[in-house]
Amino acid sequence: MDGGLAHGRAREAGRAPPALLRDEAELTAGVVIEPGRSYGFLTDTTLCIGCKACEVACKEWNNLPAETGKLTGHSYDNTGQLGANTWRHVTFKENGPREGTMAPFQSNWLMMSDVCKHCDPAPCLEACPTGALFRTEFDTVVVQQDICNGCGYCVPACPFGVVELSKDDGKAHKCTLCYDRLKGGLEPACAKSCPTDSIQFGVVEELQERADRRVEALHAQGQDKAYVYGAPGSPGATGGIRKLNAIFVLAERPEHYNLPPAPSRPARNAKPAFLSGLATMAGLAAVALLLGVGRR
Amino acid sequence: MSKAPRGRPIRRGLADRAAGFLADWSVPRQLRGAPEKTEAAESAASRGLRPRLETADRVGTSICPYCAVGCAQLVYAKQGRPIAVEGDPRSPVNQGTLCPKGAATFGLMASPQRLDRCLHRAPGAREWREVGLDWAMDRIAELAKRTRDETFINHLPDGTRVNHTLGIASMGGATLDNEENYLIKKLFSGALGMVFVENQARVCHNNSVPGLGATYGRGASTMPQWDLANSDAVLVMGSNMAENHPIAFRFVMQAKLRGATVMHVDPRFTRTSALADIHAPIRAGTDIAFLGGIIRHLLENDLWFRDYALPYTNLSTIVGPDYKGPEELHGYFSGWNDEGRRYNVESWQYDGVVVPSSLAEGYVEIEGFAEATQRLHEGPTPKDPTLQHPRCVYQILKRHYARYTPEMVESVTGCPRDLFPKVADALARASGREKTAAICYAVGWNHHTKGAQIIRAAGIIQALLGNTGRPGGGILALRGHTSIQGSTDIATLYDLLPGYMPQPHAFRPHATLADYLKAETNPTGWWHHFPKYYVSLLKAWYGEAATPENGMGHDLMARVTGDHSQLPLTVAMERGVIRGLFVMGQNPVVGGSNSKLVQRGLARLEWMVVRDVAETDTATFWRDGHLVRDGEMRPEDIGTEVFLMPASLSGEKAGSFTNIHRLVQWHDKVVDGPGDSRSELWFIHHLARRMKALHAGSTRPQDAAIRAITWDYPEDEQGEPDPEAVLREINGRTVANGKLVPGFAALKDDGSTACGCWIYSGVFPEEGRNRTRSRVPDGAQGPGTHLDWGFAWPDNRRTLYNRASADPAGVPWSEGKRLAWWDEQAGEWRSHDRVDFPTDKRPDFEPDWESKPAGMDAIRGDQPFFMIPDGVAGLFVPSGLKDGPLPEHYEPTETPVRNALHPGVEGNPAAKRWAYDANPLAAPADPRWPHALTTFRLTEHHSGGTPTRIVPSTSELQPEGFVEIPTELARTLGIASTDWVVLSTPRGEIETRALVTDRLRAFTLDGGRVVHQIGMPWHYGWSGIATGDIANVLTAVVGDPNTGMHENKALVCALRPGRLARPLQEVG
Repeated sequence: MDGGLAHGRAREAGRAPPALLRDEAELTAGVVIEPGRSYGFLTDTTLCIGCKACEVACKEWNNLPAETGKLTGHSYDNTGQLGANTWRHVTFKENGPREGTMAPFQSNWLMMSDVCKHCDPAPCLEACPTGALFRTEFDTVVVQQDICNGCGYCVPACPFGVVELSKDDGKAHKCTLCYDRLKGGLEPACAKSCPTDSIQFGVVEELQERADRRVEALHAQGQDKAYVYGAPGSPGATGGIRKLNAIFVLAERPEHYNLPPAPSRPARNAKPAFLSGLATMAGLAAVALLLGVGRR
Repeated sequence: MSKAPRGRPIRRGLADRAAGFLADWSVPRQLRGAPEKTEAAESAASRGLRPRLETADRVGTSICPYCAVGCAQLVYAKQGRPIAVEGDPRSPVNQGTLCPKGAATFGLMASPQRLDRCLHRAPGAREWREVGLDWAMDRIAELAKRTRDETFINHLPDGTRVNHTLGIASMGGATLDNEENYLIKKLFSGALGMVFVENQARVCHNNSVPGLGATYGRGASTMPQWDLANSDAVLVMGSNMAENHPIAFRFVMQAKLRGATVMHVDPRFTRTSALADIHAPIRAGTDIAFLGGIIRHLLENDLWFRDYALPYTNLSTIVGPDYKGPEELHGYFSGWNDEGRRYNVESWQYDGVVVPSSLAEGYVEIEGFAEATQRLHEGPTPKDPTLQHPRCVYQILKRHYARYTPEMVESVTGCPRDLFPKVADALARASGREKTAAICYAVGWNHHTKGAQIIRAAGIIQALLGNTGRPGGGILALRGHTSIQGSTDIATLYDLLPGYMPQPHAFRPHATLADYLKAETNPTGWWHHFPKYYVSLLKAWYGEAATPENGMGHDLMARVTGDHSQLPLTVAMERGVIRGLFVMGQNPVVGGSNSKLVQRGLARLEWMVVRDVAETDTATFWRDGHLVRDGEMRPEDIGTEVFLMPASLSGEKAGSFTNIHRLVQWHDKVVDGPGDSRSELWFIHHLARRMKALHAGSTRPQDAAIRAITWDYPEDEQGEPDPEAVLREINGRTVANGKLVPGFAALKDDGSTACGCWIYSGVFPEEGRNRTRSRVPDGAQGPGTHLDWGFAWPDNRRTLYNRASADPAGVPWSEGKRLAWWDEQAGEWRSHDRVDFPTDKRPDFEPDWESKPAGMDAIRGDQPFFMIPDGVAGLFVPSGLKDGPLPEHYEPTETPVRNALHPGVEGNPAAKRWAYDANPLAAPADPRWPHALTTFRLTEHHSGGTPTRIVPSTSELQPEGFVEIPTELARTLGIASTDWVVLSTPRGEIETRALVTDRLRAFTLDGGRVVHQIGMPWHYGWSGIATGDIANVLTAVVGDPNTGMHENKALVCALRPGRLARPLQEVG
């Protein structure tokens, strides 16, 4: 089905793997991972069942500590938000009582697996003074833990509130798009585990096309509110951010999923801010000069 | 520097470090022109990064230890320790994916709360003490022998042979391997004579066995999960599939993407509802009213598939003149005996023909019944193909369901009257020659005192619509433990022997082998082969000691004397009948109904052995339980000697699991479990060896079975018995030469073959060929039946009754739904699957009634349901069920309203009740318990909770117990989310957090009465990381009449804000 499930999974399932699967992503996501291409996620919320397999798979693979939290009372969301130890987070929003026939696919109880957007260009990376944040050979954005000094500039720079300093080691942490797995030809853990393929991994341009086809199909089936978030020229790719490498198919306004409707890149403000600062300085200097002259 | 090899000049090291620093320093790279945000910024760690899977020195195939979907996993290990567990991308079951529980498997194996030493709690002690494995084993064997010696009886006072002990019980099996279940049953029932042998299947899906079995002949899912992708409509009801079986739901979503309609009928709006096209809300416990409404809608509007249903079901069969239905008898079927509170099935028989059941539990207690069934040899059952006869099943069905009008459905279920026909129409539109619809259900249909009949209603619908046995069509019984199908097949259940044969019963004509075979062998249909399977089992268990003199060992078999299922087991503990208890991978304090009754029972035991991966709520009842919490008892007052032994998980032991669709899959041992953890195979094997040694010199008749039982499994150097040796015994051999049999067709009734479970025969057809290890899926071009991925019982058939995918002449109903067909040239049936029919039986075969045919010779070539003696699906069931030949709406035993269909007969009249002071029941519509309560599971947790509540990554997702309360009710009571609330029923009170939500609702019922539906997850307890009070403190010990299944999906409760009053803590 266009833009839908089982991209590649069933296709070559007959191939028997050796003990360690080479290019496993080819089996699980239909894509061979090669340096030099852009990789990312398409998170299709209309297929999401809110099971949080992505959260668990991420924590188990990346060895992230779990919080020992309390019930939040916010629907089934007990992990709250993305942070230093939570790199996938499923947002839940209940949309009032309902019965009877509904829009096809996910409706009336929104569930969305949020993740770092691996922006292009990436505001966090632009704010990083040490080179800890860098763009990998897979066009993903990664915090290098052996470089990061915990300055925290990246934290306010992120328009999505993704990056956080860890209380344990003081350094910035966020989704690496499973950098280590990509180097070994493996699909990122969250996408591999996703039971309904709500999270799909692949080459960004192909994911953008797949998302467009999926939105068309949804429109044809009566879910006319569906749209792509994060592709060039669409909501999410705004304010100097050309595109997100983690894009989404949404069926309600971005705010419903706790996503900014028009994120922007702080670095875009740097030049005007610097210039206006210069102008202010110049103005003040001029005033001071005039005052000094007047006194004399 | 400390790691520098000795003698190496320090200067050299410094030079290396400097060179390394320069290589790592990004400035030189930038000067060379590398982009500063990419290559130039790459650190040393990034450059050397590789996935840790590449460091594995061992990879093994495994199967997920949580639910019964049967997802394949790859376990990666390094130096004897697991480093990761991933979904196996080759598997057609999960295609590499895993749900939140499956994805936490590594976290489970490596949980900080894993148990690695044996713990012992002496009677009255306040703490555990660590003990050695050997000491624990010796002590357990000593206690088991003592209790057995004190309680075993060979005969009742009247001389009836029983060969049993009521003093020792066992719980658990559904989380264990098939081989482990087999040895548990063999040792406990076959050698020790224990009759209280039960596993989670009893309280999970036991109603599926009579529900599906009485209708189609076998009590199991009819279709593989992956086949849902071929469905044109999927009705999910009695299940929260997206949450509890996410990977099975994957295929529902694939069907949805191909245009299928997905419907969810449920009291709650769940994560499944959110993905459905239609959500129809119903009050918990009113499923038969809804399904009956669908049956009426199909019949009244002629929406059923006549060409299929007329030949393949008993629609045209004529029922005897004495039958009367509840529409005539004010809520009862004919044959009701008010004194004994049960039915006599005589009036439910066909006109002049008595038909026995295909169910092991279907024995009919009427004198002369077995003799009367012999009439089946003489001719076909009476039929009226025109369907005009007033007593044909079609007319009876029409009359019976005429009452189930849209108005009635609305007033009983609370579902708006215009909504349920949409479900019926969508099902009907997606059925017929070109299309098929599937129904998926789970424990939401099982946990009722009429659960078997709810499942029957679905069976009737699928047979009427012609969906069963066809691609994309059928019924999936979604099951919750990794091998719960296996623990039902190779039954660690009190009333079943492996392969759905009845455990001999002291009060049935089972005294001698000849009596037993006569009573249990059906004259016609497949079960005519019964003697071959039973004698082969006896031979497998008792070997050379199985001789004609002792009825091939039948005389050694333990006899049951009544209902020994989990609920009466609980009562028997509480009353002091049971003195010793084994609990293996089950957590009855959390999962058992009326948890305080369970805990009182545990407190009366002399000893209990708990085997699990961590400290469970059951193992610590004496320290943290409700009796102590509520001030009723102190640990010092509890005399139970408790053993807690660490158990192994899949990945740490080898064996096979059987999944939802009967697929048997092997899992490898990749690493050792932690410390002293061992498999149940090891435990049972070494317990058996100790028991054999303790009784070696005995000449007492009560020890004869222990001496006779065959037990020669080879061990490896760690003492672990070879699970493949057990699987080979399950498969069966020819006794004379020890050669493995190729399948059940080779079994004999003369003692020349031995077979541990006939339906699994063929699983190990020759030495070196363990078919459960087979891992070859069909490729993209393949048919998609995946016959070389694992082994499905029976005979590797994936879709049961697939003869019905072709019309009576043997031609597929349509090209698009082709599965099996008759090849006239070859003179045999062909299929992408294994044909579920005698391969050479012509479609036009007619029995030669002159010759009084028996068995399959009496089954026509167009009768796909040949496990049933008359070869057709039983829409109307003349025998085998204890609560009626047709599903009828009854309210739950505890109901907030009266029965609108027949006031005065509220609940199922035949339901099992154990109402006494420790288990009080609320009267119907008692205003003190005004709310409807249902219990449920969350995707983030697993059943009794142990395997997820000890894992950090799943615990944080649902960290605390809670109850879901509809907004309107919460507002009335002044309750906000996360507030403490107290829930109470006549059994007890618990406190938990509130989760106020619009996903639950109030139902407006008959007469404008408004009932609020409350729901509570039941996973929680005091053990582990994620904790909460136990929902099952609220539930009652009441049971389905067919199975003794409890009713935790529908009861009544009261609700108030606040917390429980606590007894003052003891000072000093």
